[in-house]
Amino acid sequence: MVENDRWGTLLAHVILILGVFVVVFPVYVAIIASTQESGTFLRGVMPLLPGSYGWENYRTVILEGRSNAGAPPIGLMLWNSFVMAMMIAVGKIAISLLSAFAIVYFRFPFRMFFFWIIFVTLMLPVEVRIVPTFQVVASLGMLNTYAGLSIPLIASATATFLFRQFFMTVPEEMLEAARVDGAGPMKFFKDILLPLSITNIAAMFVIMFIYGWNQYLWPLLITTDDGYYTIVMGIQRMVTGGDSEPLWHLIMATVVMAALPPILVILFMQRLFVKGLTETEK
Amino acid sequence: MARIVIDDLHKVYAGGVKAVTGVSLDIADGEMIVLVGPSGCGKSTLLRMVAGLETISSGTLSIGDRVVNDLEPAQRDIAMVFQNYALYPHMTVFGNLAYGLKNRGVSKADIDRQVRQAAEMLEITAYLDRKPRALSGGQRQRVAMGRALVREPAAFLFDEPLSNLDAKLRVQMRVEIRQLQKRLRTTSLYVTHDQLEALTMADRLVVLNGGVIEQVGTPMEVYDKPATVFVAGFIGSPAMNMLEMPYLKALGRLPDALPSGADLIGVRPDDLVLDALDAPALSLTGTVALLEPAGAESHIYVSLPGRAQPVTVRVAGVPLHLAEGAEITLRAPVDALHPFDAASGRRVA
Repeated sequence: MVENDRWGTLLAHVILILGVFVVVFPVYVAIIASTQESGTFLRGVMPLLPGSYGWENYRTVILEGRSNAGAPPIGLMLWNSFVMAMMIAVGKIAISLLSAFAIVYFRFPFRMFFFWIIFVTLMLPVEVRIVPTFQVVASLGMLNTYAGLSIPLIASATATFLFRQFFMTVPEEMLEAARVDGAGPMKFFKDILLPLSITNIAAMFVIMFIYGWNQYLWPLLITTDDGYYTIVMGIQRMVTGGDSEPLWHLIMATVVMAALPPILVILFMQRLFVKGLTETEK
Repeated sequence: MARIVIDDLHKVYAGGVKAVTGVSLDIADGEMIVLVGPSGCGKSTLLRMVAGLETISSGTLSIGDRVVNDLEPAQRDIAMVFQNYALYPHMTVFGNLAYGLKNRGVSKADIDRQVRQAAEMLEITAYLDRKPRALSGGQRQRVAMGRALVREPAAFLFDEPLSNLDAKLRVQMRVEIRQLQKRLRTTSLYVTHDQLEALTMADRLVVLNGGVIEQVGTPMEVYDKPATVFVAGFIGSPAMNMLEMPYLKALGRLPDALPSGADLIGVRPDDLVLDALDAPALSLTGTVALLEPAGAESHIYVSLPGRAQPVTVRVAGVPLHLAEGAEITLRAPVDALHPFDAASGRRVA
């Protein structure tokens, strides 16, 4: 038995390490590639050890860009992505909290009908409704605006559903206690429900921020002004745009930069999770 | 401080379920009324109607000379203690106590003074900065109490506030709540399913069953003269023994003094004695089916010939001379018997 266990453990570890390798290796390659000289890739051999041009490559993508190769400095694109991701994440959470609040705590005609309508929109991701949405956004004159980038993506059945499920676990007596304590509906929402949902909100924020950050098709469609390009689009343009060979070392440096904000958001929010979790553990 | 008048209150839920039917009650200022009954008897619904958490189907409810049927809970000047306390988990104890005052626009200085005063009364001053989850069950119970009394409301409403505590703490809190209520002289409505809690805490007891009042009275009135078979069986532990008249007649040892029209005779386990009595008495002979010593007292279950249900007897101490299977004779003085009419379930005389 003991021996069996040891082999079992070994096997499990081998599988896990392989799994980690599969996930981590491409990231590693991207980081390595971003430190190479421009000529390295033309030889067709991918080096696996860091080169010595890391500093220079990152300085180039951040400060200078290569406009002729379809690569302006990435600062503006990062900012655009950040604004869009923030607006989507915050907007989604605000709308979902309010609609979940309405559906759980208020009795109005067609309540369940509206709930199901929201639920059905789960089946309609951006890609499915992209043509009519584009038409609407274009007619409203929202092409090449932050509003156009974010508003159509704000409605969220997933978050509404999640908050609804959470609200339903809040004991009804909490609401009754608040009513006896003289809190009206919005006061109850603000003073009791919001603080209780904080860990859920944090989780939703992380997911929705990354969802917004990773949007590719929608920004590609509605922005023609490079003042509104997002970083994910930017990477694509660097690969296909320009007259020269793709500048892989710069593209990889951009990719690494583009991956950074979501990682920061996760790291920052992780703290909030842990705080929320340990406090409930007490 | 207020008088609460409940006049012919009905509650019919959507779907036609009648939870409360025609309950009327006049609660004097400063009185502690305990609503007691089995699960589903409508006691909680009644309390929640008084609180304003449940709409009133018909009837009128007034608190302190003001009809409050259509007022929000917050406008009724009541405070409620919930079964699971319903403390706000993200607020400190201070925040929990202060929340109701804050919503009423009380000034910061007054809030601070009132919260500290209430906290002192309940001896929770040391925990004011803690969150509820860092408190024990008993401490949470105190905070829930504090949240109610900090506002100095016209009435306290208690919804089974002790049922989440362990037995020892329950007795302790029972005493404290009663002392506090007596000191503050605040009109109180207290719901429980525990008949011992009901008997010990109430100024007056209201026994509910199936949405109607079975009996209202002081604990001793209800205990000594239960108005219905239901009350007789519900109040008192162990439960009252019920003997059918035809069975007693067949035994042929019936004292004459029993009121006519009674066809069900109740006798409390305490009123059955093992010794001979001078007064006219009902006497029953059977065999000991089971002895249950419980320290200061013992319960003896006695099988009577021809009856499946044994009779329960409560005696002081442990009757060492008795063994299971032994034959014994039980006697109960006639004036300790409770005669009922089986058909209506009501007491006869």
